[in-house]
Amino acid sequence: MPGKLKAKIVAGRHLPVMDRASDLTDAFVEVKFGNTTFKTDVYPKSLNPQWNSEWFKFEVDDEDLQDEPLQITVLDHDTYSANDAIGKVYIDIDPLLCSEAATVISGWLPIYDTIHGIRGEINVLVKVDLFNDLNRFRQSSCGVKFFCTTSIPRCYRAIMVHGFVEELVVNEDPEYQWIDRIRTPRASNEARQRLIFLMSGELQRKIGLKVLEMGGNAVVGYLQCFDLEGESGLVVRAIGTACTLEKISTFPATATYPSNSSPSKDMKEPGFGEETPGVPLSSGPPTPLRAQTFSSFSPSKSYSRQSSSSDTELSLTPKTGMGSGGSAGKEAGPLKALLRQQTQSALEQREYPFFTLTAFPPGFLLHVGGVVSARSVKLLDRIHNPDEPETRDAWWEEIRQEIKSHAKALGCHAVVGYSESTSICEEVCILSASGTAAILSSRFMQDGPLDAEHRFEEVVSPGCGFCHIPYDELNIPFPAQLTYCYCCRHYKVPDVLFTTIDLPTEANVTGKGCLIQARLCRTKKKAQGEGNATAISNLLPFLEYELHTQLMNKLKLRGMNALFGLRIQISVGETMLLGLASATGVYLTALPSPGGIQITGKTPSDITYEQHISNMQKKINDTITKNKELYEINPPEVVEEIIGSPIPEPCQRSRLFRSHSESSDEVSELDLSHGKKDAFVLEIDDTDAVEDIHALLTDFSIPAGFYSCNTEIMPGIQNWTSAIQMFTSVRVFRLNNANLTNQGLNKIFSDLCENLLKSLYFKLRSMVPCCLCHLNFTVAIPEDELIQVAVTAVAMSFDKEQSLENGKQSGEKTLIKAITDEQLQFNLELNAETSSSNPLSSPKGITMEKASPLPEGRSRSLRSNRSYSGSSVAVVKMTPLSFIPGAKIIRYLGIINMFFIRETTSLREEGGVSGFLHTFIAEVFAMVRAHVAALGGNAVVSYSMKECVFMENPNKNQAQCLINVSGDAVIFVRESELELTSVQPQSATTQTSNCGEGT
Amino acid sequence: MSTELDVFVGNTTVLDEDVYQLWLDGHTVSNAVRIRMEAGALQECEANAEVLHSDTMDQFRTFQMCERLLQSPSKVANQLLFQIPPHRQTMLIERYYEFDSVFAREVLGKKLSKGTKKDLDDISSKTGIALKCCRRQFDNFKHVFKVVEELKGPLVENIQRHFLLSDVLARDYAAIVFFANSRFETGKRKLQYLSFQDFAFCAGQLISYWTVGAVNNVMEDLDVDLEKEFLHDLKDLKVLVNDKDMLDQHKSLVCAQLRGKIKVFSEMEASFKNLSRALVNIASKLTHTKDFRDLFIDLVEKFIEPRRSDKWTIGDLRLFLKHYSSSVHTLEAFRHQVIWDRYMGVIKSCILKMYHD
Repeated sequence: MPGKLKAKIVAGRHLPVMDRASDLTDAFVEVKFGNTTFKTDVYPKSLNPQWNSEWFKFEVDDEDLQDEPLQITVLDHDTYSANDAIGKVYIDIDPLLCSEAATVISGWLPIYDTIHGIRGEINVLVKVDLFNDLNRFRQSSCGVKFFCTTSIPRCYRAIMVHGFVEELVVNEDPEYQWIDRIRTPRASNEARQRLIFLMSGELQRKIGLKVLEMGGNAVVGYLQCFDLEGESGLVVRAIGTACTLEKISTFPATATYPSNSSPSKDMKEPGFGEETPGVPLSSGPPTPLRAQTFSSFSPSKSYSRQSSSSDTELSLTPKTGMGSGGSAGKEAGPLKALLRQQTQSALEQREYPFFTLTAFPPGFLLHVGGVVSARSVKLLDRIHNPDEPETRDAWWEEIRQEIKSHAKALGCHAVVGYSESTSICEEVCILSASGTAAILSSRFMQDGPLDAEHRFEEVVSPGCGFCHIPYDELNIPFPAQLTYCYCCRHYKVPDVLFTTIDLPTEANVTGKGCLIQARLCRTKKKAQGEGNATAISNLLPFLEYELHTQLMNKLKLRGMNALFGLRIQISVGETMLLGLASATGVYLTALPSPGGIQITGKTPSDITYEQHISNMQKKINDTITKNKELYEINPPEVVEEIIGSPIPEPCQRSRLFRSHSESSDEVSELDLSHGKKDAFVLEIDDTDAVEDIHALLTDFSIPAGFYSCNTEIMPGIQNWTSAIQMFTSVRVFRLNNANLTNQGLNKIFSDLCENLLKSLYFKLRSMVPCCLCHLNFTVAIPEDELIQVAVTAVAMSFDKEQSLENGKQSGEKTLIKAITDEQLQFNLELNAETSSSNPLSSPKGITMEKASPLPEGRSRSLRSNRSYSGSSVAVVKMTPLSFIPGAKIIRYLGIINMFFIRETTSLREEGGVSGFLHTFIAEVFAMVRAHVAALGGNAVVSYSMKECVFMENPNKNQAQCLINVSGDAVIFVRESELELTSVQPQSATTQTSNCGEGT
Repeated sequence: MSTELDVFVGNTTVLDEDVYQLWLDGHTVSNAVRIRMEAGALQECEANAEVLHSDTMDQFRTFQMCERLLQSPSKVANQLLFQIPPHRQTMLIERYYEFDSVFAREVLGKKLSKGTKKDLDDISSKTGIALKCCRRQFDNFKHVFKVVEELKGPLVENIQRHFLLSDVLARDYAAIVFFANSRFETGKRKLQYLSFQDFAFCAGQLISYWTVGAVNNVMEDLDVDLEKEFLHDLKDLKVLVNDKDMLDQHKSLVCAQLRGKIKVFSEMEASFKNLSRALVNIASKLTHTKDFRDLFIDLVEKFIEPRRSDKWTIGDLRLFLKHYSSSVHTLEAFRHQVIWDRYMGVIKSCILKMYHD
């Protein structure tokens, strides 16, 4: 069934000069949707043309509306030769198809050319009239809302969480169809951009259909990725979590909440979506990867569990079952999750009980088992039939099955914080998936009873409940040291917890957290085909093992006991593999205090050597003490009781084995520095270990006033100011020396990351005290000897004066002060025109929005405020987080998912590679902002740069870059303004008498 | 091992004002890094030289990218590429158009042409201002000149509207445009002691009182051309020195007022005729372009230097000029009071401004 798409071309500005003779341009516009094209008149001799066209109307199927972008091409008319293209604008119609999102797209959008970048702007108006379609067999899924945010969006309430949705589509990559002919860059780039727009649209539509089938109305945590497989094609795939969401309509009711209200307060709110921005939704718990890694003594065995690697040809040995057998097999049988049976059965009916969410409605996440991950190495071959992308589907299916079984092994029926990624080099592709095994409440499950309250099987305090082990302590899947929870003392908890989710807001945390990164570089021989795949598969387990060792060491060194937001990225190049693990370390009050790190030498006879070791030991101890101070970790001392550890000697359990030749009598004779019996033992038996310890200790310390994390919030900081700065930084490093050892490479890679962080701190020094949140590192090996690191994060200032405890109070105070001030002002005005029937004709534009009960009215008036208030450009905030501090998101306008290619054949003239990329990234930001503003929004949340592929050929003076970004366009209002409106009605009636005094 | 690419892009463009100044001053990146280190930048945030270099490079690149916009400041506010808060935009523009008065003094009165541009090397080595910086300033002069040249209406306002500059800066630019347009002689050795600010003040006076725009609000063209009619009428002032009666009467009126009030009374009394002739002659010659361009040199040679060698104090001079011009009002036979006031008002303030060592 059809819809009617209408577009109007209003004007252009800042156009480039296309006619050298007159220094002017004769511009006209082509508007294309599907196969229909309209043209405006030529507006002669102007760089600021006013077309003011009629409404161009396209009558199309809603299926097409979802798939196709609206293409606007600006051209320069030329009487004698072909018209020259100035540039293009692609407009995603999708936000207009959903009644709750945007209603019109209107504003100045940059005109983009893949060779010249932004070349002026065009003012357009786009609307859609959609007719209801009740056809059950329809192919479209208009109206399903998409969110990149990995929690329940702020102004919604989750009625039901249906579960995992995934889809992938494949196509030939236009870039590789030029092979026999001479490639024309612009045509090729535009073909690719258009194709990816189409594929994204199709993918979204297909996922939408699945959601409708499941009975949902929204996808949360929507993650879409591209695999540029080169000659074998182009894959666009997406995963997400299907939900049924309900808009919380009564927002003024909760608006009276003070801006800095504590999380616990919010927890009692019925709609968690209503939480104040400073506090993200409750998120899930953490569990130890450690568990798996250290579980078995022979490394080879234990790795296979996280990284069962398989290459297509060789992978007939099912890694899923076998590889992880070491531990998985052991406990798969006697699972005794009696209490959760019901939920479990609900979940087990699903193919994949996966959730891309990283933060959850209160009461949803019960327990966390630990990180589960799986990798597989595949050889790419040409996709013969794009309509049946079976191979790719099968690959992912295999991996997901493995993840599922890992979760089961941990006694969990679900995987949360789930994500998938790939790394491609030539014809080798590593597929990775990871998540956190967890047990969920049936409260939001379709199959569970609806009276959710009764389903709270375990009455646990929210602050520690998620830490309690989900597995059976007698059939523990790996050797772990369990203790009674340090909070409630009723349930058992592991000693370390690793997770991929955000720190739940209700979690009890001691002190502050910090970013912890493990970095690793491994050389690899150049190889082809299967041999190459095998070599990579063989390397992977070692890589992961060492990454975990590093993470664990660094965690201990900071005196912390849990990791959140763990993301391990493995990147493959021709001659090396890169591994980067990032996470946010915290001290969970419920978990036992971590022991120190203890070093043992292998040749204790040598005195100087012992000296050396004891020096190092001292350094380590000092660092731990210093870090504890820095992160304010001073947990109350408690008597420890160790229970149910299946392995007698604690030391042995936690030891990191450097060599396979350890013998039991090596157990430490040294005094354990921290008096804990379970100090972490590092055995130094080779230079590697020495290097590692050095690296450990030489990690750059964060400058005063800075904190960093890769999760949504930083525990211990709540009093955010409204100052935020989102940024992207990219570095490419060339390894000139081809004969580097692993150590050398490690050092270079680690320094690269550290230096990048240092630069970030320096750049943002004016924002101190501040926290870099959601620090998201992406590494790549664009070509041999090149390492690329890209970071996107947001720096947020906070108020240092207010300590944690009184932070809330004083926050309230200032707010109240602000309110009264505003009230007074308001009252004054009111007095001035006593008979005013519309008290809301107040100074602030936003106030009007709120007065209007109709959402449409709201957005319109906002828009009118915005775009007609002179020529200055509306400010659009961007953040990778799901919230904006000090503000409330009142409306989601739709998903932003944009893909751009930029190419140059005059690299030097554009300022070299840095100048080229700098401009391009700035252009991408500009285009995102412009599209958000055109939708009527003033911010993008959950923004991420998912792809940044940079290629250069300095000899030819050429470079090319592909960038893919996504996020949610929203309208937010400052909380102070919100306060104003909610108070106004009262003040109008009751407080008029006070105003005399007030002045 | 080398960093091949290094960029940082903020949603709100990150701008460091100190680095901006270094960039404007025409420093190279490595120079700027050194200066920043000397200024103690390393103490901040535990930075090292590498960090500083990366930051400086990045900032310089950002400014370079902004430069295109800064050349037409009205675009800064509605461009989409850089998200810059309004007060920072103002700062960027203002600083970009700020110039060294030493440099401006050198260029003042010269034709803003390619020829002059070639001389920038000399100016650079003479003033110690980096060549790059000289070029920017020169290009700004030229650019402003070109834009306002074709505009109607008041000069200062035009500059402000098109370049969004502060009032003070816009006035300085008006002076530069005015000098470039009128091509006053400013380069002579005798004029070397005058600063840019001296000339800028005089230009302000001339623009305010002598130009077409000063009397008539409906303008056809650049309103910095002096009013022809007025210059022509100045010839009539000659009567003040040519008519002996009038000269004597004028002299006695002035002397009556100044007796005992100035130290150089006797010298003044003795040379009154010369004094008056110098000022009136300058007035009467202004119709000729050549003489007009020599206005300042004439003022210095014919009036200021003699007074200086007679050791007149500025106070004496002020009093003299005050009474010299006001006494004319009581000369009944003199019919050109309006012209006289318009002329003397400007000349008086210019002389006083220029009367220093």
